[in-house]
Amino acid sequence: MPRSDLPLKLVCRTLAVGSATIVLLILGFLVRESWPAFQSLGFARFFSDDGWHPVSGQFGLMPMIAATIITSLGGIVLAAPLGIASAVFVQFYAPSVLVPWHRRLVELLAGIPSVVFGLWGLVVVAPLVAGLGGSGQNLLTASIILGLMILPTIALLSDSAIGSVPRVWTQGAAALGLQRSAIVAQVVLPAAGRGISAALVLAITRALGETMAVLMVAGNVVQMPTSLLSPGRTLNANIALELGYASADHRSVLFVSGLMLMLIVGVLVVAISRRGGTSYARR
Amino acid sequence: MKSTCVIPLFAALLLSVAGCRGTSTAETTPANGDALAGRLSLTGSSTVAPLVTEIAKRYEQLHPQVRIDVQTGGTGKGITDTRIGTADIGMGSRPLKADEADLVPYQIAADGVGLIVHAENPIRELTAEQIIDIYTDKIQNWKEVGGEDQPITVVHKAEGRATLEVFLQHFAIDNPTIQADVIVGENQHAIKTVAGGKWAIGYVSIGTAEADIEAGVPIRLLPLDGVAASTPNVASGEFPMSRPLSLITTRSPAALAKSFIEYCQSAEVHDLVKSQYFVPVASETDAQK
Repeated sequence: MPRSDLPLKLVCRTLAVGSATIVLLILGFLVRESWPAFQSLGFARFFSDDGWHPVSGQFGLMPMIAATIITSLGGIVLAAPLGIASAVFVQFYAPSVLVPWHRRLVELLAGIPSVVFGLWGLVVVAPLVAGLGGSGQNLLTASIILGLMILPTIALLSDSAIGSVPRVWTQGAAALGLQRSAIVAQVVLPAAGRGISAALVLAITRALGETMAVLMVAGNVVQMPTSLLSPGRTLNANIALELGYASADHRSVLFVSGLMLMLIVGVLVVAISRRGGTSYARR
Repeated sequence: MKSTCVIPLFAALLLSVAGCRGTSTAETTPANGDALAGRLSLTGSSTVAPLVTEIAKRYEQLHPQVRIDVQTGGTGKGITDTRIGTADIGMGSRPLKADEADLVPYQIAADGVGLIVHAENPIRELTAEQIIDIYTDKIQNWKEVGGEDQPITVVHKAEGRATLEVFLQHFAIDNPTIQADVIVGENQHAIKTVAGGKWAIGYVSIGTAEADIEAGVPIRLLPLDGVAASTPNVASGEFPMSRPLSLITTRSPAALAKSFIEYCQSAEVHDLVKSQYFVPVASETDAQK
Protein backbone atom coordinates (compact mmCIF):
# COMPACT_ATOMS: atom_id res chain seq x y z
CA MET A 1 0.00 0.00 0.00
CA PRO A 2 1.39 3.40 -0.94
CA ARG A 3 2.33 5.50 2.04
CA SER A 4 0.00 8.36 1.01
CA ASP A 5 -3.03 6.09 1.49
CA LEU A 6 -2.37 5.68 5.19
CA PRO A 7 -4.14 8.83 6.52
CA LEU A 8 -7.25 8.19 4.41
CA LYS A 9 -7.28 4.58 5.54
CA LEU A 10 -7.12 5.63 9.17
CA VAL A 11 -9.86 8.24 8.77
CA CYS A 12 -12.17 5.81 6.97
CA ARG A 13 -11.63 3.10 9.55
CA THR A 14 -12.30 5.43 12.44
CA LEU A 15 -15.47 6.78 10.87
CA ALA A 16 -16.66 3.29 9.98
CA VAL A 17 -16.10 2.09 13.53
CA GLY A 18 -17.93 5.22 14.70
CA SER A 19 -21.04 4.54 12.66
CA ALA A 20 -21.16 0.93 13.77
CA THR A 21 -20.73 2.03 17.38
CA ILE A 22 -23.72 4.36 17.10
CA VAL A 23 -25.99 1.44 16.24
CA LEU A 24 -24.54 -0.65 19.04
CA LEU A 25 -24.95 2.20 21.53
CA ILE A 26 -28.60 2.64 20.58
CA LEU A 27 -29.14 -1.08 20.98
CA GLY A 28 -27.36 -0.98 24.32
CA PHE A 29 -29.48 1.94 25.46
CA LEU A 30 -32.68 0.13 24.50
CA VAL A 31 -31.59 -2.98 26.36
CA ARG A 32 -30.63 -0.96 29.42
CA GLU A 33 -33.96 0.88 29.52
CA SER A 34 -36.01 -2.27 29.01
CA TRP A 35 -34.00 -4.32 31.49
CA PRO A 36 -36.22 -3.48 34.51
CA ALA A 37 -39.23 -4.81 32.60
CA PHE A 38 -37.44 -8.03 31.67
CA GLN A 39 -36.37 -8.49 35.28
CA SER A 40 -39.78 -7.95 36.84
CA LEU A 41 -41.90 -9.58 34.13
CA GLY A 42 -39.66 -12.01 32.30
CA PHE A 43 -39.29 -12.32 28.56
CA ALA A 44 -42.17 -14.72 27.89
CA ARG A 45 -44.97 -12.53 29.20
CA PHE A 46 -44.63 -10.14 26.29
CA PHE A 47 -45.65 -13.00 24.02
CA SER A 48 -48.09 -14.84 26.25
CA ASP A 49 -50.21 -12.03 27.75
CA ASP A 50 -53.63 -11.61 26.15
CA GLY A 51 -53.97 -7.87 25.90
CA TRP A 52 -52.08 -4.64 26.25
CA HIS A 53 -53.18 -2.79 29.38
CA PRO A 54 -49.88 -1.77 30.94
CA VAL A 55 -51.57 0.09 33.77
CA SER A 56 -53.52 -3.05 34.72
CA GLY A 57 -50.55 -5.38 34.22
CA GLN A 58 -51.12 -6.93 30.78
CA PHE A 59 -48.24 -6.64 28.38
CA GLY A 60 -48.97 -8.69 25.25
CA LEU A 61 -46.90 -7.43 22.32
CA MET A 62 -47.88 -10.06 19.74
CA PRO A 63 -50.79 -8.09 18.18
CA MET A 64 -48.47 -5.13 17.73
CA ILE A 65 -45.68 -7.22 16.22
CA ALA A 66 -48.24 -8.64 13.78
CA ALA A 67 -49.59 -5.20 12.90
CA THR A 68 -46.08 -3.83 12.37
CA ILE A 69 -45.12 -6.62 10.00
CA ILE A 70 -48.45 -6.62 8.13
CA THR A 71 -48.49 -2.87 7.47
CA SER A 72 -44.84 -2.82 6.34
CA LEU A 73 -45.24 -5.81 4.05
CA GLY A 74 -48.50 -4.35 2.74
CA GLY A 75 -46.70 -1.12 1.99
CA ILE A 76 -43.90 -2.87 0.13
CA VAL A 77 -46.33 -5.05 -1.84
CA LEU A 78 -48.05 -1.88 -3.07
CA ALA A 79 -44.92 0.20 -3.60
CA ALA A 80 -42.49 -2.30 -5.16
CA PRO A 81 -44.27 -2.81 -8.51
CA LEU A 82 -45.05 0.90 -8.80
CA GLY A 83 -41.52 1.96 -7.90
CA ILE A 84 -39.75 -0.50 -10.18
CA ALA A 85 -42.16 0.33 -13.01
CA SER A 86 -41.41 4.02 -12.49
CA ALA A 87 -37.67 3.32 -12.75
CA VAL A 88 -38.07 1.22 -15.91
CA PHE A 89 -40.28 3.93 -17.39
CA VAL A 90 -37.69 6.62 -16.72
CA GLN A 91 -34.85 4.55 -18.13
CA PHE A 92 -36.46 2.97 -21.19
CA TYR A 93 -39.89 4.23 -22.10
CA ALA A 94 -40.19 7.88 -21.12
CA PRO A 95 -39.80 10.61 -23.78
CA SER A 96 -36.58 12.40 -22.89
CA VAL A 97 -38.43 15.68 -22.18
CA LEU A 98 -40.46 13.95 -19.51
CA VAL A 99 -37.58 12.21 -17.71
CA PRO A 100 -36.32 15.09 -15.49
CA TRP A 101 -39.87 16.11 -14.63
CA HIS A 102 -40.88 12.61 -13.67
CA ARG A 103 -37.80 12.28 -11.44
CA ARG A 104 -38.50 15.64 -9.85
CA LEU A 105 -42.09 14.63 -9.12
CA VAL A 106 -40.97 11.42 -7.43
CA GLU A 107 -38.40 13.35 -5.42
CA LEU A 108 -41.14 15.75 -4.38
CA LEU A 109 -43.15 12.79 -3.09
CA ALA A 110 -40.15 11.86 -0.94
CA GLY A 111 -40.12 15.35 0.55
CA ILE A 112 -43.71 15.38 1.81
CA PRO A 113 -43.65 15.24 5.64
CA SER A 114 -45.11 12.05 7.06
CA VAL A 115 -47.62 13.93 9.18
CA VAL A 116 -49.08 15.40 5.99
CA PHE A 117 -49.42 11.90 4.58
CA GLY A 118 -51.10 10.92 7.83
CA LEU A 119 -53.57 13.79 7.77
CA TRP A 120 -54.40 13.13 4.14
CA GLY A 121 -54.85 9.46 4.94
CA LEU A 122 -57.10 10.29 7.87
CA VAL A 123 -59.29 12.81 6.04
CA VAL A 124 -59.34 11.38 2.50
CA VAL A 125 -58.25 7.74 2.36
CA ALA A 126 -59.82 6.44 5.60
CA PRO A 127 -63.40 7.53 4.68
CA LEU A 128 -62.92 5.85 1.28
CA VAL A 129 -61.69 2.63 2.88
CA ALA A 130 -64.59 2.88 5.36
CA GLY A 131 -66.80 2.05 2.37
CA LEU A 132 -65.41 -1.48 2.61
CA GLY A 133 -66.62 -1.74 6.20
CA GLY A 134 -65.40 -0.70 9.61
CA SER A 135 -64.11 2.68 10.58
CA GLY A 136 -61.68 3.12 7.70
CA GLN A 137 -58.77 3.37 10.11
CA ASN A 138 -57.21 -0.03 9.69
CA LEU A 139 -54.22 -1.99 8.43
CA LEU A 140 -55.24 -1.55 4.79
CA THR A 141 -55.29 2.24 5.02
CA ALA A 142 -51.97 2.17 6.85
CA SER A 143 -50.48 -0.06 4.13
CA ILE A 144 -51.69 2.30 1.40
CA ILE A 145 -50.19 5.34 3.12
CA LEU A 146 -46.95 3.49 3.84
CA GLY A 147 -46.80 2.30 0.25
CA LEU A 148 -46.99 5.88 -1.00
CA MET A 149 -44.36 6.99 1.48
CA ILE A 150 -41.80 4.37 0.50
CA LEU A 151 -42.56 4.59 -3.22
CA PRO A 152 -39.94 7.29 -3.93
CA THR A 153 -37.23 5.29 -2.11
CA ILE A 154 -37.87 2.30 -4.35
CA ALA A 155 -38.35 4.37 -7.52
CA LEU A 156 -35.22 6.49 -7.15
CA LEU A 157 -32.87 3.75 -5.97
CA SER A 158 -34.11 1.31 -8.63
CA ASP A 159 -33.67 4.10 -11.17
CA SER A 160 -30.02 4.50 -10.30
CA ALA A 161 -29.51 0.71 -10.05
CA ILE A 162 -30.92 0.26 -13.55
CA GLY A 163 -28.93 3.25 -14.75
CA SER A 164 -25.70 1.62 -13.63
CA VAL A 165 -26.22 -1.49 -15.74
CA PRO A 166 -23.42 -1.27 -18.36
CA ARG A 167 -24.66 0.14 -21.66
CA VAL A 168 -22.79 -2.47 -23.66
CA TRP A 169 -25.05 -5.14 -22.16
CA THR A 170 -28.23 -3.52 -23.40
CA GLN A 171 -26.59 -2.65 -26.70
CA GLY A 172 -25.42 -6.23 -27.07
CA ALA A 173 -28.89 -7.55 -26.29
CA ALA A 174 -30.37 -5.16 -28.85
CA ALA A 175 -27.80 -6.28 -31.40
CA LEU A 176 -28.97 -9.85 -30.83
CA GLY A 177 -32.41 -8.72 -31.90
CA LEU A 178 -34.14 -8.74 -28.52
CA GLN A 179 -37.13 -6.48 -28.10
CA ARG A 180 -37.09 -3.70 -25.54
CA SER A 181 -39.45 -5.53 -23.18
CA ALA A 182 -37.23 -8.61 -23.35
CA ILE A 183 -34.11 -6.54 -22.74
CA VAL A 184 -35.72 -5.01 -19.66
CA ALA A 185 -37.08 -8.25 -18.29
CA GLN A 186 -34.21 -10.61 -19.09
CA VAL A 187 -31.09 -8.46 -19.07
CA VAL A 188 -31.55 -5.21 -17.19
CA LEU A 189 -33.69 -6.24 -14.22
CA PRO A 190 -31.60 -9.32 -13.33
CA ALA A 191 -28.43 -7.27 -13.68
CA ALA A 192 -29.86 -4.52 -11.47
CA GLY A 193 -31.23 -7.10 -9.02
CA ARG A 194 -28.82 -6.33 -6.24
CA GLY A 195 -29.45 -2.62 -6.41
CA ILE A 196 -33.20 -3.12 -6.52
CA SER A 197 -33.20 -5.46 -3.56
CA ALA A 198 -31.12 -2.93 -1.64
CA ALA A 199 -33.83 -0.40 -2.52
CA LEU A 200 -36.45 -2.79 -1.14
CA VAL A 201 -34.50 -3.26 2.08
CA LEU A 202 -34.21 0.48 2.60
CA ALA A 203 -37.89 0.93 1.80
CA ILE A 204 -39.05 -1.74 4.21
CA THR A 205 -36.93 -0.34 7.02
CA ARG A 206 -38.44 3.06 6.37
CA ALA A 207 -41.91 1.48 6.46
CA LEU A 208 -41.11 -0.27 9.74
CA GLY A 209 -39.82 2.93 11.26
CA GLU A 210 -42.64 5.16 10.12
CA THR A 211 -44.67 6.29 13.11
CA MET A 212 -46.76 9.41 12.76
CA ALA A 213 -48.64 8.63 9.55
CA VAL A 214 -49.39 5.08 10.66
CA LEU A 215 -50.54 6.28 14.06
CA MET A 216 -53.04 8.58 12.37
CA VAL A 217 -54.62 5.97 10.08
CA ALA A 218 -54.17 2.52 11.59
CA GLY A 219 -56.87 2.69 14.28
CA ASN A 220 -54.40 1.80 17.07
CA VAL A 221 -56.59 -0.77 18.78
CA VAL A 222 -54.41 -3.51 20.23
CA GLN A 223 -55.92 -6.75 18.99
CA MET A 224 -54.79 -9.64 16.86
CA PRO A 225 -55.74 -8.60 13.31
CA THR A 226 -58.21 -10.95 11.62
CA SER A 227 -58.23 -9.18 8.25
CA LEU A 228 -56.73 -6.17 6.52
CA LEU A 229 -59.80 -4.25 7.66
CA SER A 230 -58.99 -4.81 11.36
CA PRO A 231 -57.51 -1.85 13.19
CA GLY A 232 -54.01 -2.42 14.50
CA ARG A 233 -51.35 -0.67 16.50
CA THR A 234 -47.75 -0.84 15.38
CA LEU A 235 -44.89 -1.01 17.85
CA ASN A 236 -43.77 2.52 17.05
CA ALA A 237 -47.29 3.96 17.24
CA ASN A 238 -47.48 2.31 20.66
CA ILE A 239 -44.41 4.21 21.79
CA ALA A 240 -45.63 7.48 20.30
CA LEU A 241 -49.06 7.14 21.89
CA GLU A 242 -47.94 6.18 25.36
CA LEU A 243 -44.36 7.20 26.07
CA GLY A 244 -45.42 10.74 26.86
CA TYR A 245 -47.16 9.86 30.08
CA ALA A 246 -45.68 6.50 30.91
CA SER A 247 -43.60 6.21 34.02
CA ALA A 248 -41.70 3.46 35.85
CA ASP A 249 -42.64 -0.04 34.61
CA HIS A 250 -44.93 1.20 31.86
CA ARG A 251 -42.08 3.28 30.43
CA SER A 252 -39.68 0.37 30.59
CA VAL A 253 -42.20 -1.85 28.83
CA LEU A 254 -42.43 0.69 26.01
CA PHE A 255 -38.69 0.40 25.55
CA VAL A 256 -39.22 -3.34 25.19
CA SER A 257 -41.51 -2.60 22.26
CA GLY A 258 -38.77 -0.42 20.79
CA LEU A 259 -36.30 -3.25 21.23
CA MET A 260 -38.74 -5.64 19.59
CA LEU A 261 -39.03 -3.30 16.62
CA MET A 262 -35.26 -3.20 16.31
CA LEU A 263 -35.13 -7.01 16.35
CA ILE A 264 -37.80 -7.23 13.63
CA VAL A 265 -35.90 -4.74 11.49
CA GLY A 266 -32.69 -6.70 12.02
CA VAL A 267 -34.24 -10.06 11.14
CA LEU A 268 -35.98 -8.67 8.05
CA VAL A 269 -32.92 -6.85 6.77
CA VAL A 270 -30.75 -9.94 7.14
CA ALA A 271 -33.40 -12.19 5.59
CA ILE A 272 -34.11 -9.96 2.61
CA SER A 273 -30.50 -9.14 1.85
CA ARG A 274 -29.63 -12.86 1.93
CA ARG A 275 -32.47 -13.84 -0.40
CA GLY A 276 -32.17 -10.85 -2.67
CA GLY A 277 -28.47 -11.50 -3.06
CA THR A 278 -27.46 -8.10 -1.78
CA SER A 279 -23.97 -8.84 -0.65
CA TYR A 280 -21.82 -6.26 0.93
CA ALA A 281 -18.65 -8.22 0.25
CA ARG A 282 -15.67 -6.44 -1.17
CA ARG A 283 -15.46 -6.51 -4.92
CA MET B 1 -13.86 4.25 29.63
CA LYS B 2 -14.55 6.11 26.46
CA SER B 3 -17.90 4.47 25.95
CA THR B 4 -19.12 5.13 29.47
CA CYS B 5 -19.15 8.84 28.87
CA VAL B 6 -20.74 8.44 25.46
CA ILE B 7 -23.71 6.43 26.72
CA PRO B 8 -25.38 9.21 28.76
CA LEU B 9 -24.84 11.51 25.82
CA PHE B 10 -26.70 9.10 23.65
CA ALA B 11 -29.39 8.65 26.21
CA ALA B 12 -29.98 12.38 26.09
CA LEU B 13 -29.97 12.33 22.32
CA LEU B 14 -32.47 9.51 22.19
CA LEU B 15 -34.68 11.17 24.74
CA SER B 16 -34.84 14.27 22.62
CA VAL B 17 -35.66 12.14 19.61
CA ALA B 18 -38.43 10.48 21.59
CA GLY B 19 -40.03 13.84 22.01
CA CYS B 20 -38.84 14.91 25.39
CA ARG B 21 -37.06 18.16 25.72
CA GLY B 22 -33.42 17.44 26.29
CA THR B 23 -32.53 20.77 27.78
CA SER B 24 -34.28 23.39 29.74
CA THR B 25 -32.95 26.55 31.14
CA ALA B 26 -34.84 29.11 33.07
CA GLU B 27 -32.23 31.66 33.97
CA THR B 28 -33.83 34.89 34.90
CA THR B 29 -31.44 37.74 34.60
CA PRO B 30 -33.02 40.90 35.91
CA ALA B 31 -30.88 43.17 33.75
CA ASN B 32 -32.37 46.55 34.38
CA GLY B 33 -35.30 47.09 36.67
CA ASP B 34 -37.94 44.37 36.39
CA ALA B 35 -37.15 43.33 32.80
CA LEU B 36 -37.46 39.57 32.60
CA ALA B 37 -35.22 37.57 30.34
CA GLY B 38 -34.58 33.92 29.66
CA ARG B 39 -36.17 30.85 28.30
CA LEU B 40 -39.22 28.93 29.48
CA SER B 41 -40.17 25.49 28.29
CA LEU B 42 -43.67 24.08 28.71
CA THR B 43 -44.91 20.61 27.88
CA GLY B 44 -48.10 18.72 28.50
CA SER B 45 -51.77 18.65 27.63
CA SER B 46 -52.63 19.08 23.96
CA THR B 47 -55.83 20.79 25.12
CA VAL B 48 -54.02 23.54 27.00
CA ALA B 49 -51.12 24.00 24.57
CA PRO B 50 -52.90 26.12 21.88
CA LEU B 51 -54.12 28.56 24.55
CA VAL B 52 -50.75 28.81 26.25
CA THR B 53 -49.08 29.31 22.86
CA GLU B 54 -51.29 32.34 22.25
CA ILE B 55 -50.66 33.71 25.73
CA ALA B 56 -46.94 33.10 25.29
CA LYS B 57 -46.88 35.15 22.08
CA ARG B 58 -48.41 38.09 23.89
CA TYR B 59 -46.11 37.64 26.86
CA GLU B 60 -43.07 37.60 24.58
CA GLN B 61 -44.18 40.92 23.11
CA LEU B 62 -44.38 42.40 26.59
CA HIS B 63 -41.00 40.94 27.53
CA PRO B 64 -38.88 40.80 24.36
CA GLN B 65 -36.04 39.08 26.20
CA VAL B 66 -38.13 36.04 27.03
CA ARG B 67 -38.48 32.99 24.78
CA ILE B 68 -41.28 30.57 25.54
CA ASP B 69 -41.28 27.12 24.01
CA VAL B 70 -44.59 25.20 24.13
CA GLN B 71 -44.77 21.49 23.33
CA THR B 72 -47.56 18.93 23.67
CA GLY B 73 -47.63 15.28 24.62
CA GLY B 74 -50.41 14.87 27.14
CA THR B 75 -50.90 15.91 30.75
CA GLY B 76 -48.87 12.95 31.99
CA LYS B 77 -45.88 14.10 29.99
CA GLY B 78 -46.26 17.59 31.39
CA ILE B 79 -46.22 16.19 34.90
CA THR B 80 -43.26 13.87 34.30
CA ASP B 81 -41.23 16.56 32.54
CA THR B 82 -41.92 19.12 35.26
CA ARG B 83 -40.90 16.62 37.91
CA ILE B 84 -37.62 15.66 36.30
CA GLY B 85 -36.96 19.24 35.30
CA THR B 86 -36.86 18.93 31.51
CA ALA B 87 -39.74 21.42 31.44
CA ASP B 88 -40.17 24.50 33.60
CA ILE B 89 -43.94 24.40 33.57
CA GLY B 90 -46.29 21.52 32.84
CA MET B 91 -49.71 21.91 31.30
CA GLY B 92 -52.50 19.81 32.75
CA SER B 93 -56.10 19.30 31.77
CA ARG B 94 -57.24 17.34 34.81
CA PRO B 95 -57.02 17.78 38.58
CA LEU B 96 -53.77 16.49 40.06
CA LYS B 97 -53.92 13.08 41.70
CA ALA B 98 -53.02 12.27 45.27
CA ASP B 99 -49.58 10.95 44.29
CA GLU B 100 -48.86 14.19 42.45
CA ALA B 101 -48.96 16.33 45.57
CA ASP B 102 -45.32 17.31 45.07
CA LEU B 103 -46.52 19.65 42.32
CA VAL B 104 -48.56 22.83 42.44
CA PRO B 105 -51.40 23.48 39.97
CA TYR B 106 -52.46 26.98 38.94
CA GLN B 107 -55.81 26.93 37.22
CA ILE B 108 -55.98 29.20 34.16
CA ALA B 109 -59.28 28.10 32.60
CA ALA B 110 -61.95 25.41 32.62
CA ASP B 111 -63.05 23.04 29.91
CA GLY B 112 -65.68 20.37 29.51
CA VAL B 113 -65.44 17.01 27.80
CA GLY B 114 -68.34 16.30 25.48
CA LEU B 115 -69.42 13.38 23.33
CA ILE B 116 -69.44 14.03 19.60
CA VAL B 117 -71.15 12.31 16.69
CA HIS B 118 -71.24 13.10 12.99
CA ALA B 119 -73.53 16.06 12.14
CA GLU B 120 -75.72 13.81 9.98
CA ASN B 121 -76.30 11.27 12.76
CA PRO B 122 -79.95 11.67 13.83
CA ILE B 123 -79.17 10.81 17.48
CA ARG B 124 -79.98 13.83 19.70
CA GLU B 125 -79.22 12.49 23.15
CA LEU B 126 -77.77 9.47 24.88
CA THR B 127 -78.22 8.50 28.50
CA ALA B 128 -75.21 7.71 30.67
CA GLU B 129 -76.14 3.99 30.62
CA GLN B 130 -76.32 4.00 26.83
CA ILE B 131 -72.91 5.64 26.58
CA ILE B 132 -71.40 3.09 28.95
CA ASP B 133 -73.03 0.25 27.00
CA ILE B 134 -71.74 1.64 23.70
CA TYR B 135 -68.20 1.88 25.02
CA THR B 136 -68.25 -1.56 26.60
CA ASP B 137 -69.68 -3.06 23.39
CA LYS B 138 -73.07 -4.07 24.85
CA ILE B 139 -74.67 -1.80 22.24
CA GLN B 140 -73.15 -2.16 18.80
CA ASN B 141 -75.74 -0.61 16.50
CA TRP B 142 -77.21 2.87 16.40
CA LYS B 143 -80.74 1.45 16.04
CA GLU B 144 -80.52 0.08 19.59
CA VAL B 145 -80.46 3.66 20.88
CA GLY B 146 -83.07 4.97 18.43
CA GLY B 147 -80.85 5.79 15.46
CA GLU B 148 -80.32 4.26 12.06
CA ASP B 149 -79.39 0.65 11.39
CA GLN B 150 -75.64 1.22 11.29
CA PRO B 151 -72.80 -0.25 13.35
CA ILE B 152 -71.28 2.11 15.90
CA THR B 153 -67.62 3.04 15.51
CA VAL B 154 -66.31 3.66 19.00
CA VAL B 155 -63.52 6.24 19.09
CA HIS B 156 -61.47 6.06 22.25
CA LYS B 157 -58.31 7.75 23.49
CA ALA B 158 -54.96 6.20 24.24
CA GLU B 159 -54.19 5.29 27.83
CA GLY B 160 -53.05 8.26 29.93
CA ARG B 161 -54.72 11.11 28.02
CA ALA B 162 -56.43 13.59 30.29
CA THR B 163 -59.68 13.59 28.31
CA LEU B 164 -59.75 9.83 28.70
CA GLU B 165 -59.28 10.06 32.44
CA VAL B 166 -62.10 12.62 32.76
CA PHE B 167 -64.33 10.38 30.66
CA LEU B 168 -63.53 7.16 32.54
CA GLN B 169 -63.93 8.85 35.89
CA HIS B 170 -67.26 10.44 35.00
CA PHE B 171 -68.82 7.21 33.77
CA ALA B 172 -66.89 5.00 36.22
CA ILE B 173 -65.69 2.66 33.46
CA ASP B 174 -62.65 0.46 33.84
CA ASN B 175 -60.41 1.08 30.80
CA PRO B 176 -59.73 -2.61 29.91
CA THR B 177 -63.49 -3.23 29.60
CA ILE B 178 -63.76 -0.71 26.77
CA GLN B 179 -64.00 -2.20 23.28
CA ALA B 180 -62.87 0.54 20.91
CA ASP B 181 -62.79 0.47 17.12
CA VAL B 182 -60.32 3.31 16.83
CA ILE B 183 -57.86 4.62 19.39
CA VAL B 184 -56.66 8.16 18.88
CA GLY B 185 -54.15 10.49 20.45
CA GLU B 186 -55.07 14.14 20.29
CA ASN B 187 -58.46 15.86 20.21
CA GLN B 188 -58.02 16.79 16.54
CA HIS B 189 -57.40 13.16 15.68
CA ALA B 190 -60.68 12.22 17.37
CA ILE B 191 -62.60 15.02 15.66
CA LYS B 192 -61.22 14.16 12.22
CA THR B 193 -62.11 10.51 12.81
CA VAL B 194 -65.70 11.29 13.76
CA ALA B 195 -66.06 13.85 10.95
CA GLY B 196 -64.76 11.29 8.46
CA GLY B 197 -66.77 8.31 9.73
CA LYS B 198 -70.49 8.97 9.68
CA TRP B 199 -71.34 6.40 12.37
CA ALA B 200 -68.59 7.12 14.83
CA ILE B 201 -68.88 8.41 18.39
CA GLY B 202 -66.05 9.97 20.34
CA TYR B 203 -65.39 12.36 23.19
CA VAL B 204 -63.27 15.48 23.04
CA SER B 205 -62.66 18.78 24.72
CA ILE B 206 -65.80 20.90 24.29
CA GLY B 207 -63.73 23.99 23.53
CA THR B 208 -61.94 22.30 20.64
CA ALA B 209 -65.17 20.77 19.33
CA GLU B 210 -67.00 24.12 19.38
CA ALA B 211 -64.15 25.79 17.52
CA ASP B 212 -64.23 23.10 14.85
CA ILE B 213 -68.03 23.17 14.56
CA GLU B 214 -67.77 26.91 13.97
CA ALA B 215 -65.19 26.20 11.26
CA GLY B 216 -67.68 23.92 9.52
CA VAL B 217 -66.43 20.48 10.59
CA PRO B 218 -69.47 18.14 10.38
CA ILE B 219 -69.69 17.02 14.00
CA ARG B 220 -72.24 17.61 16.75
CA LEU B 221 -71.87 17.73 20.53
CA LEU B 222 -74.38 15.64 22.46
CA PRO B 223 -75.96 16.94 25.66
CA LEU B 224 -75.23 15.03 28.85
CA ASP B 225 -77.82 14.46 31.59
CA GLY B 226 -80.01 16.98 29.76
CA VAL B 227 -77.36 19.72 29.87
CA ALA B 228 -76.12 21.03 26.53
CA ALA B 229 -72.37 20.61 26.03
CA SER B 230 -71.47 24.27 25.64
CA THR B 231 -68.94 26.69 27.06
CA PRO B 232 -71.51 28.72 29.08
CA ASN B 233 -72.70 25.54 30.78
CA VAL B 234 -69.12 24.62 31.63
CA ALA B 235 -68.56 28.12 33.04
CA SER B 236 -71.64 27.90 35.23
CA GLY B 237 -70.54 24.50 36.47
CA GLU B 238 -73.79 22.97 35.22
CA PHE B 239 -72.19 20.64 32.70
CA PRO B 240 -71.29 17.47 34.59
CA MET B 241 -68.18 16.31 32.70
CA SER B 242 -65.76 19.21 33.06
CA ARG B 243 -62.24 19.77 34.27
CA PRO B 244 -59.76 22.47 35.21
CA LEU B 245 -56.99 23.51 32.83
CA SER B 246 -53.89 24.41 34.73
CA LEU B 247 -50.23 25.14 34.68
CA ILE B 248 -48.16 22.93 36.93
CA THR B 249 -44.86 23.64 38.62
CA THR B 250 -42.73 22.17 41.32
CA ARG B 251 -42.93 23.70 44.80
CA SER B 252 -40.26 26.27 43.95
CA PRO B 253 -40.77 27.69 40.45
CA ALA B 254 -38.26 30.17 39.04
CA ALA B 255 -39.18 33.86 39.02
CA LEU B 256 -39.79 33.87 35.30
CA ALA B 257 -42.13 30.88 35.52
CA LYS B 258 -44.03 32.57 38.36
CA SER B 259 -44.40 35.75 36.40
CA PHE B 260 -45.69 33.89 33.34
CA ILE B 261 -48.21 31.91 35.39
CA GLU B 262 -49.53 35.09 37.00
CA TYR B 263 -49.93 36.57 33.54
CA CYS B 264 -51.82 33.48 32.36
CA GLN B 265 -54.21 33.83 35.30
CA SER B 266 -54.73 37.57 34.88
CA ALA B 267 -57.76 39.20 33.30
CA GLU B 268 -55.52 40.46 30.50
CA VAL B 269 -55.69 37.10 28.73
CA HIS B 270 -59.40 36.38 29.22
CA ASP B 271 -60.05 37.35 25.60
CA LEU B 272 -57.56 34.69 24.49
CA VAL B 273 -59.16 32.10 26.75
CA LYS B 274 -62.56 32.88 25.26
CA SER B 275 -61.21 32.86 21.71
CA GLN B 276 -60.08 29.27 22.31
CA TYR B 277 -63.60 28.40 23.53
CA PHE B 278 -62.43 27.80 27.08
CA VAL B 279 -63.89 29.35 30.18
CA PRO B 280 -61.88 31.97 32.08
CA VAL B 281 -61.59 31.58 35.84
CA ALA B 282 -61.16 34.29 38.43
CA SER B 283 -57.59 33.90 39.59
CA GLU B 284 -56.29 34.11 43.12
CA THR B 285 -54.17 37.11 42.21
CA ASP B 286 -57.25 38.93 40.91
CA ALA B 287 -59.14 38.12 44.06
CA GLN B 288 -56.37 39.51 46.24
CA LYS B 289 -56.45 42.88 44.50
